[in-house]
Amino acid sequence: MTEPIVRITDLHKTYGSTEVLKGVSLDVATGEVLVIIGPSGTGKSTLLRCINLLTRPDQGRIWVDGDEVTAPHTDINKIRTKVGMVFQDFNLFAHMTALSNIMIGPIKVKKMPKEEARELALYELKRVGLAEKADAYPGQLSGGQKQRVAIARALAMAPKVMLFDEPTSALDPELIGEVLEVMKELAHEHMTMIVVTHEMGFAKEVSNRIIFMEKGHIVEEGPPRQLFYNAQNARTKEFLGKITELYGEEQE
Amino acid sequence: MIDELRAFWEMIWPEMGNGLVVTLQLSFGSLFIGLIIGLPVALVRVYGPSWLKKLATAYVDILRGTPLLVQLFFIYYGLADQNLNALLLTLGLPDKLLTFPPFTAAYVALGLNSSAYQAEYFRGAIQAISPGQMIAARALGMTRLQGILNIVMPQALRLALPPWSNEAAYMVKYTSVVYIIAVPDLFTETRRIISAHYNQMLMLPFVGFIYLIMVLVITWIMEKIERRLTIPGLEVEAQRL
Repeated sequence: MTEPIVRITDLHKTYGSTEVLKGVSLDVATGEVLVIIGPSGTGKSTLLRCINLLTRPDQGRIWVDGDEVTAPHTDINKIRTKVGMVFQDFNLFAHMTALSNIMIGPIKVKKMPKEEARELALYELKRVGLAEKADAYPGQLSGGQKQRVAIARALAMAPKVMLFDEPTSALDPELIGEVLEVMKELAHEHMTMIVVTHEMGFAKEVSNRIIFMEKGHIVEEGPPRQLFYNAQNARTKEFLGKITELYGEEQE
Repeated sequence: MIDELRAFWEMIWPEMGNGLVVTLQLSFGSLFIGLIIGLPVALVRVYGPSWLKKLATAYVDILRGTPLLVQLFFIYYGLADQNLNALLLTLGLPDKLLTFPPFTAAYVALGLNSSAYQAEYFRGAIQAISPGQMIAARALGMTRLQGILNIVMPQALRLALPPWSNEAAYMVKYTSVVYIIAVPDLFTETRRIISAHYNQMLMLPFVGFIYLIMVLVITWIMEKIERRLTIPGLEVEAQRL
């Protein structure tokens, strides 16, 4: 077994008087697609944000690609280039074209020459099927297109792992498919992905492992088949039952 | 009619022309001073450490909460105070360090006053930018400063344009307070003409008209700039909200 690309040990995080994470430990293998599910407010997003230190955990340690994120004097900006992040509400830079959105990271953070960054950005846009939208501004794109550009923006940094924080939750139902399609493609290319989502179809079809989180703990984890058809924990069963009812068994 | 116009022209020229130049210089100079102080103050108020934030807030509160005329008097007369000069000397500084000629006092007063208002416009604009923009920038590996310079400011400055053009229009008119410390601006020159010719019913509407033209021209230019810097698609999105 090779070194895990992401290792998390005993993570704790408290907001005010609410303990959001109560000791979460997790290893993610290179190339693995890990889906995190669970009721809202159970710390799924917080867990993701701790991995690239957008949120600083109170306790516990995190390693990404061998570097300890939580070490005292770590160069977090350097580690963040290895961790791509896709947000629920896209967060595309509103004043930049789709192409510039993708170019800015490599140019400013990796000091890549502009021409090279432009070529890279065009390549990434093609990868998400939006080459023709290179000069469009975020305000001119649909939600699904925005999210695909956001994925391309993250990919342009050549990350070792991609974090998806409910990437389709803000989308109209008919736009979810195109984003999931891009994510599936990424999974097939063996990108390491940690995905917080309610898309059970995606979880079942694409993931290697599902983690069910509740109240700051990992309640149960296992391959999708096991969780969907043979969950050991009553809460897991109940949650999966509800969410499948709500979102449908298979979603394309 | 021609003769009357010629007489009027000879009465106002070149004094009012010179005054107009002074008014424009004061306006743009003070707006510029206000900009280079106001923008950092706004950034400090949003991103600074808390002690600096408090300092910047106090700065803005004091300058916005006291009359411009009082500020101008304080800077021109107050700082020329003899006891203060003596204090400066004992501190090993030149005694006339804070004693300003009228022009300098005008620039300082108008510039500082404007900086407080501009700081508020910029702060409002910065805070109107969704926090997600900065989070996305940081997630890419940008430093905080890179995020501010490349992501937040280009958007915030656009948002600040409409209030900023208001400030520019105000400034052109506010400069007229400098007549009180005898800076030869447009209004001071007008008053001189009035006291020589006792024609206030002619000159006051006339000078008002010149200010009006200046304000309209500035507003027009600022609208052009705003339109040029509009981000395509964003106005549609704003309407949807």
